[in-house]
Amino acid sequence: MEWVDTHLWTIPLMPLLGVLVHIFLGGTLGKKLVGILACLLVFISFGLSVVVLLRLLELPAEERHLLDNFLPWIRVGAFSADWAFRADTLSAVMLLVVTGVGFLIHVYSTGYMHDDPKYIRFFAYLNLFTFSMLVLVLASNVFLMFIGWEGVGLCSYLLIGFWFHDLNNATAGMKAFIVNRVGDWSFLCGVLLLFWSLGKYTGTYTVDFYEINRLAPELPAGIALAVGLLLFGGAAGKSAQIPLYVWLPDAMAGPTPVSALIHAATMVTAGVYMIARFSGLYLSAPDAMMVVATVGALTALFSATIALAQNDIKKVLAYSTVSQLGYMFLGVGVGAFSAGIFHLMTHAFFKGLLFLGAGSVIHGLHGEQDLRRMGALKSKMPWTWLTFMAAWLAIAGFPGLSGFFSKDEILWQAFSSEHGHWALWLVGFIAAGLTAFYMTRLVVMTFYGESRWPEHAHPHESPRNMTVPLAVLAVLCVIGGYVGVPAILHGANYFEHWMEPAVTWAAGHGGAEAAEHAAELGSHGLEALLMAASVGVALLGIGIGWWMYSRRRDIPEAAFQRWPNLYRWVLNKYYVDELYQWLVVDNLLRLTRLSGRFDLAVIDGAVNGSAWLTERVSAISGWIDNTFVDGAVNGVAEVTRAAGGRLRLIQTGRVQQYLTFAAAMVAIGVAGIILWPSIQPWLAELWSGAI
Amino acid sequence: MIPATHILAVGAALFCLGLFALLSRRNAVAVFMGIELMLNAANLNFVAFNQARPEALDGQVAAVFVIMLAAAEFAVALALILSLHQMFHCVHLDEADEMKG
Repeated sequence: MEWVDTHLWTIPLMPLLGVLVHIFLGGTLGKKLVGILACLLVFISFGLSVVVLLRLLELPAEERHLLDNFLPWIRVGAFSADWAFRADTLSAVMLLVVTGVGFLIHVYSTGYMHDDPKYIRFFAYLNLFTFSMLVLVLASNVFLMFIGWEGVGLCSYLLIGFWFHDLNNATAGMKAFIVNRVGDWSFLCGVLLLFWSLGKYTGTYTVDFYEINRLAPELPAGIALAVGLLLFGGAAGKSAQIPLYVWLPDAMAGPTPVSALIHAATMVTAGVYMIARFSGLYLSAPDAMMVVATVGALTALFSATIALAQNDIKKVLAYSTVSQLGYMFLGVGVGAFSAGIFHLMTHAFFKGLLFLGAGSVIHGLHGEQDLRRMGALKSKMPWTWLTFMAAWLAIAGFPGLSGFFSKDEILWQAFSSEHGHWALWLVGFIAAGLTAFYMTRLVVMTFYGESRWPEHAHPHESPRNMTVPLAVLAVLCVIGGYVGVPAILHGANYFEHWMEPAVTWAAGHGGAEAAEHAAELGSHGLEALLMAASVGVALLGIGIGWWMYSRRRDIPEAAFQRWPNLYRWVLNKYYVDELYQWLVVDNLLRLTRLSGRFDLAVIDGAVNGSAWLTERVSAISGWIDNTFVDGAVNGVAEVTRAAGGRLRLIQTGRVQQYLTFAAAMVAIGVAGIILWPSIQPWLAELWSGAI
Repeated sequence: MIPATHILAVGAALFCLGLFALLSRRNAVAVFMGIELMLNAANLNFVAFNQARPEALDGQVAAVFVIMLAAAEFAVALALILSLHQMFHCVHLDEADEMKG
């Protein structure tokens, strides 16, 4: 098992290999092999992650930390940012979630995407996503994490717009990418400010998470707050929090397994993971944590209300995801990092399952996504129904299922933590009731009541390779919560103790200390009361939802009739998209057009003017060249040619003529030699006379 | 004993005749006859100058050498004339003006 200490890099390597094979050999391998290979490689990564987990379990609790620095990258003086992967208790959880849920969704995709012409490309993207996500969670420094961070963003864009021949899908992909870019800008600013201020105030330039968390308390409070807020801006973009949540519902344009893997289980939780990674930094900036918790709570409530009125099954789940992500931020924002990550894990199970179940329903109804044309699918799709029930009860917070434990832990911490407040608890509490209500509405409208699908639809159960992952996730939904049973229910809260080494820092209380603080603050009686209250609100939500949508359909109808404006507001998501369009997009377009005109008139004018000038100058220089330089050269050539023309006349080809010339020259020469003595004095006289 | 100047005068006349034939005749065979005349004019000079040193004989040996050379040269010349005839189907030198510039 010690082998894995220096071989952490093999975990992301597997899906990367998959990407290369699919791209370069996919055509030759064929669909079937590509599907098998993609699943197999992710499964190997999962196996390696389990090895990492076992290895960490071997070590004593406070030494559960593997660092594999396998490739130097940036080294300047004392500063270094290397390709180094870190497996501590936090990243081990993320590893298991990413590879485990990822594997199940890969298997599911082999069924769901079976008839798609771009099957091979789909798996190449999916493997690339898994690779990027693994780099993100394993990275030991911020720069490396940023590579994974951007990589998952790219894959998200590629997969949302996977069916890009429909313009809407391509637009949704662009929207996701651009909104994420806003967040990434904030994230990058935060990282650079952090890097600079760490160097300035502590003398250590570093990007390593552990170093940052250790040094963070030495930062001035204002800087720590600014860094915390900027980083949270990045997290809000990636994890779809107010005000940057608008891309996630549109991201449902992608294939459903993508929605399950990227936009529910893994990528969108990267922001929560990032905050937990910077736990030391956030603990030294309590105001930033307050913002995180408040935004998280408001997002949880806000998007839960939108989910009440949506009719697209995937849109409901999307807003539910935004809402649940808000819970996670509420958790990490009140310093309960382990509770946030715990909810992240259980959410990956039940929301992944909900999306896969929804995908199965859509698959069975040949692409129908509208809840108003579903109903009575229980007997038609028994496996989908059964597994969906587990996920529904888990997300609704039904006692004993995974979602109950994690959500309750967050609510209790929101109330009792030193960073918490009763108002935060109240918002989360209301959102929990709404969650139970809209999920019940979804379930009733999909599986119960009268059938509203057309006669010729013939819904059918999905193939085995889709139902088996559903079943596995359903089991996880049911039992996944038992790793974190709180003390009040006579559990050991194993999960919290497990997370402790990764999120406990000198600056404040993380993990168990926060729990102790909570124990001081509130008695067990209070905790039991709050737990009873949240169970009560969950059951109430389920009950009302069930009663209203299966017995008294007239009540929601009457409510819509009574408050049509309110209904329209909620249905249209409070017109936030329109607001952004008007406020940001239109103004940006206006600015772009203005700068386009400036470009045309001034920049292009300058360029064209200088081109015109150059043209004139070169015309003159060309004329000089033609007339004088070429004239001289041609003149010489002409003279030579004329002389040659004359001289060629004596080259007649007649040998006798040549000989005649030769003889004549000899005769003249001989005559000259003979006559020279008599000519010479005469010539000399002539010469001197001339001078 | 004929004085050397007479012989030299005959030789010079003969050389001029040969040169004239060489330059003026169209027929290649006649041109070669001119060349023979010029060679023999030179021979006469060799023999005439040998009178100055009768015991040495080198002038006469040179004359014999030239005769021999003329025979060899004529063999080559005949071959040239034959190939000339093959190419131009006559032996007129003014027809063979392929080297005209």
